[in-house]
Amino acid sequence: MIDKRQIMQTDMLLLGAMICLSVIGVVAIYSATFAQGPYYSTRQLYWLLFGLIVIIPIIIIDYMVYERLAYVIYALCIITLVAVLIIGHKVGGAQRWINLGFASFQPSEFAKIAFTLALARYLSLRPPVHGGMGLRQLVVPGLIMVVPFLLIAKEPDLGTGLIFVFIFCSMMIINKIRLKTIIIIFFGLAAMFPLAWMQLKGYQQARLLSFIDPSRDPLGSGYHLHQSKIAIGSGGLFGTGFTESKQASLRFLPEHHTDFIFPVLAEEWGLIGSFVVLALFLIFIMRGINTALNAKDRFGFLLAFGLTSMIFWHMSINIAMVTGLLPVVGVPLPFLSYGGSFLLTTLISSALIINISMRKYILG
Amino acid sequence: MAYFKDKEPTELKAKAVFAIAVIALIFSLLTFRIWYLQIVKGSYYKDLSEGNRIRLTAISAPRGLILDTKGNLLAENTPGFDLYIVPEDITHLEKTTHEITRLINIDIDLIDEKLKASKRRPRFQPVKIKENLSWEEAAKISAYTYELPGVILHVGPKRVYPYTFATAHLLGYMGEINENELRELSTSTGAPYKSDDLIGQYGIEVLLEHELKGIDGGRQIEVDVRGREIRSLKSIPSKPGNNVVLTIDLKTQLTAWDAMVGKVGAVVAIDPRNGKILAMVSSPSFDPNEFSVGVSENYWKEILRNPLDVMMNRTIQGQYPPASTFKIVTAAAALEEGVITPQTKIKSGGQFKLNRHIFRDWKASGHGKINVTEAIIESADTFFYQVGLKTGMSTIAEYAKHFGFGDITDVGLKNEKYGLVPTAEWKKARYGTSWYDGETVTAAVGQSYLLTTPLQLLNAYAAIANGGTIYKPSLVERVVGYDDETILDFEAEIKGSLPLSEENIEIIRNGLRGVISHEDGTARWINIPELKIAGKTGTAQVVRMKERSKDIEDQPYKLRDHALFVGFAPYDNPIIAVAVIVEHGGFGSTTAAPIARDVIKTYIENNQELLLKEVPDEKETEVPEKP
Repeated sequence: MIDKRQIMQTDMLLLGAMICLSVIGVVAIYSATFAQGPYYSTRQLYWLLFGLIVIIPIIIIDYMVYERLAYVIYALCIITLVAVLIIGHKVGGAQRWINLGFASFQPSEFAKIAFTLALARYLSLRPPVHGGMGLRQLVVPGLIMVVPFLLIAKEPDLGTGLIFVFIFCSMMIINKIRLKTIIIIFFGLAAMFPLAWMQLKGYQQARLLSFIDPSRDPLGSGYHLHQSKIAIGSGGLFGTGFTESKQASLRFLPEHHTDFIFPVLAEEWGLIGSFVVLALFLIFIMRGINTALNAKDRFGFLLAFGLTSMIFWHMSINIAMVTGLLPVVGVPLPFLSYGGSFLLTTLISSALIINISMRKYILG
Repeated sequence: MAYFKDKEPTELKAKAVFAIAVIALIFSLLTFRIWYLQIVKGSYYKDLSEGNRIRLTAISAPRGLILDTKGNLLAENTPGFDLYIVPEDITHLEKTTHEITRLINIDIDLIDEKLKASKRRPRFQPVKIKENLSWEEAAKISAYTYELPGVILHVGPKRVYPYTFATAHLLGYMGEINENELRELSTSTGAPYKSDDLIGQYGIEVLLEHELKGIDGGRQIEVDVRGREIRSLKSIPSKPGNNVVLTIDLKTQLTAWDAMVGKVGAVVAIDPRNGKILAMVSSPSFDPNEFSVGVSENYWKEILRNPLDVMMNRTIQGQYPPASTFKIVTAAAALEEGVITPQTKIKSGGQFKLNRHIFRDWKASGHGKINVTEAIIESADTFFYQVGLKTGMSTIAEYAKHFGFGDITDVGLKNEKYGLVPTAEWKKARYGTSWYDGETVTAAVGQSYLLTTPLQLLNAYAAIANGGTIYKPSLVERVVGYDDETILDFEAEIKGSLPLSEENIEIIRNGLRGVISHEDGTARWINIPELKIAGKTGTAQVVRMKERSKDIEDQPYKLRDHALFVGFAPYDNPIIAVAVIVEHGGFGSTTAAPIARDVIKTYIENNQELLLKEVPDEKETEVPEKP
């Protein structure tokens, strides 16, 4: 299964960035929830340790195996997504979790990996025609994306659904697509916008509107954003110090351990802390792109690229959202936000990228 | 296996360049944005965070109520206006403070002092300038809000004691926390105190501070540039303090206070069956309501000028010679040690000679040949001079300690005094001289160096009343959470027991009953047959006199004797014991005893049900109605 030479090929930078970010995450959660006690940080630490064990076999098994099983994994994922809508339990109005007794898990998180696997598998078997893919070639990949997207949007989980669209677009563009096709799709979606708007829940509409005009509702939807900007801004250059976040400890910043963990970190560690985190993400992503470019086959290239884009879009949308560049959509920050399923998903994705980078040379 | 056969270096490179360009663009955007928020706008957001626009104001937790055992309110809270200023919001500080002194009654120096004291507070945190403004003052301030940016009126709960003077020493009062307390409390308990919080300063308010305090809440408000509240963003409600039900019986307490108005001294009453304190009065008293709103300078001066030490709770801090009330201890020691038997008759004349000293009896004609019961009834000094001398000081002292003399009762109130039981060793250590027999003679009748607090004395008599058990006196019946759940319930605590046989206790009790019921009893004037009071008078000498004057009016106030009475009722089934001391009141029988009788009468008349029970110390018999 694994060769000594492959172990030597392990991308230490990517692995190091992954571990650093995960540890920073546990510490940041401990600090953000300092007033509530160590409940969340302890749980996150257990998830991290569990995840580090889980990824060992995932790294050891040649990704060729996943390539063969891609559609099976995808199908299983669709089944669990349907199951969530039937037997899942609700938290805060959204039906996203399946209770396993000892822990709840969120199938939509794992679906990101399954979907990327399936798309990479499909595209790797069909080299792009000359000039790029047209509308006809987009039908099947589109379906691969739309099925989980709709199931997740129904939960509802707009943020995760959005990530599917971003991964899809990234992989399509890298796989080459006709410029004409892009234009047609863009205008098609723009025309459909009013229809989509009506599909959005009231709070989702409110968030979009308050993003456009934050003074609309400073206590409701604008409140998150306002508090988040105060937290980041008040950090200054050096920050307020460990566990000294005012916004989090006074609980004026909601969801300070999940989607809004970055503002707490930025408040406590200042510009220096923010930039260290950004730099670690940059290292991780550049190594992911590098892995894709050096992959020995098309599937490896597409999978590494797809998973890297997933981490990248998560990070970009999250930080853009908490700094007020984008409306508040529930997209967590990889490695740092509290949440077992999400941490596991990012760790497994990293493991798959490592897996590909280890096998960039054709051995034997 | 689909290997990368179609891999074309140029195409792949172009793709990679595009992807990396997108990544670089977005990273630059995020980096710039974070730099913009944290560095360019850093101080702006810092101000926001520190309260330039959004501020955290405390919501004071209502302090727990204090009730008597029947549910009458002894201390409650009413809303009051406090005046705060936020110096950062004020453009012309001098002009503003001047304006404030024009509108309300406050000294400009006091404002400066408050501002100086709050130098180290976080920016934009309001400084409390005056508490509990009158309605007129509050109205004036609110009328001028627009001319006075940075001046805030805040409504907060104020402590009110409806029975003012009558419960002052018992309940105590509130005062602003000082720096020492703040430091001590925040390190030892982590209690949530802030610099201008009020904290119990005396009495029950101190004893149960941690129960009464509650947990303050907070409110995040958005303010405009002049510091006025625009809207409330979020609030965390406060958690009220726990309510405290005392063992005090309000009617008995008020009767005791009414009797003491204009006099100097103390009244304390206890339930001898369990140590519950029923009344605790010290006079002269003060108005605790004046303290809870920040005591005015005039009132303080008035209290300080009073030579009678108004702030002393005489029931636990006043130390007096027990005088004749101590005779039961001498009797107990002599009986138990076999120095006398109940039947032993001793000739007790008008005076007793020891060496060349003459010790007089209060009754110049003497008492004739009498036994111990008669000696208690008539309070025969010469009887106890002789018996005391035979028993010896060390034995008397030992018994006195068993009765609880010379030691605090552990009632829990601050600065309780120990009293004093002298011994030869003590005198040697204190004065360097040896003990004289003459001192044993006077100690046997409660003079010499003997000192007791009224509560100590009362607890000794309560033990005689209940058959020999010394209870720890207690003031707290129950502590109830704001959601009505009982947090703490009274449980009688036994401190010790008298080393006396039942027969000897009975003999002393009969003597004490005779003091009131017998035709020669020293307190026969207070006899009300149905109350069945037993007790003992005492007249404590303030200065040694050659001969006692019969007419106290002849003597200057400072030289008059202290009048004491301590007793219990009904003597065959006691439910109340009372100690009364009137400083410079003259004779115990005429000044102190009637007060004790009134207190006993009020209590028994209002608690008839307690007399019906065979086993009266069951808790169910006295569950008061819920407030």
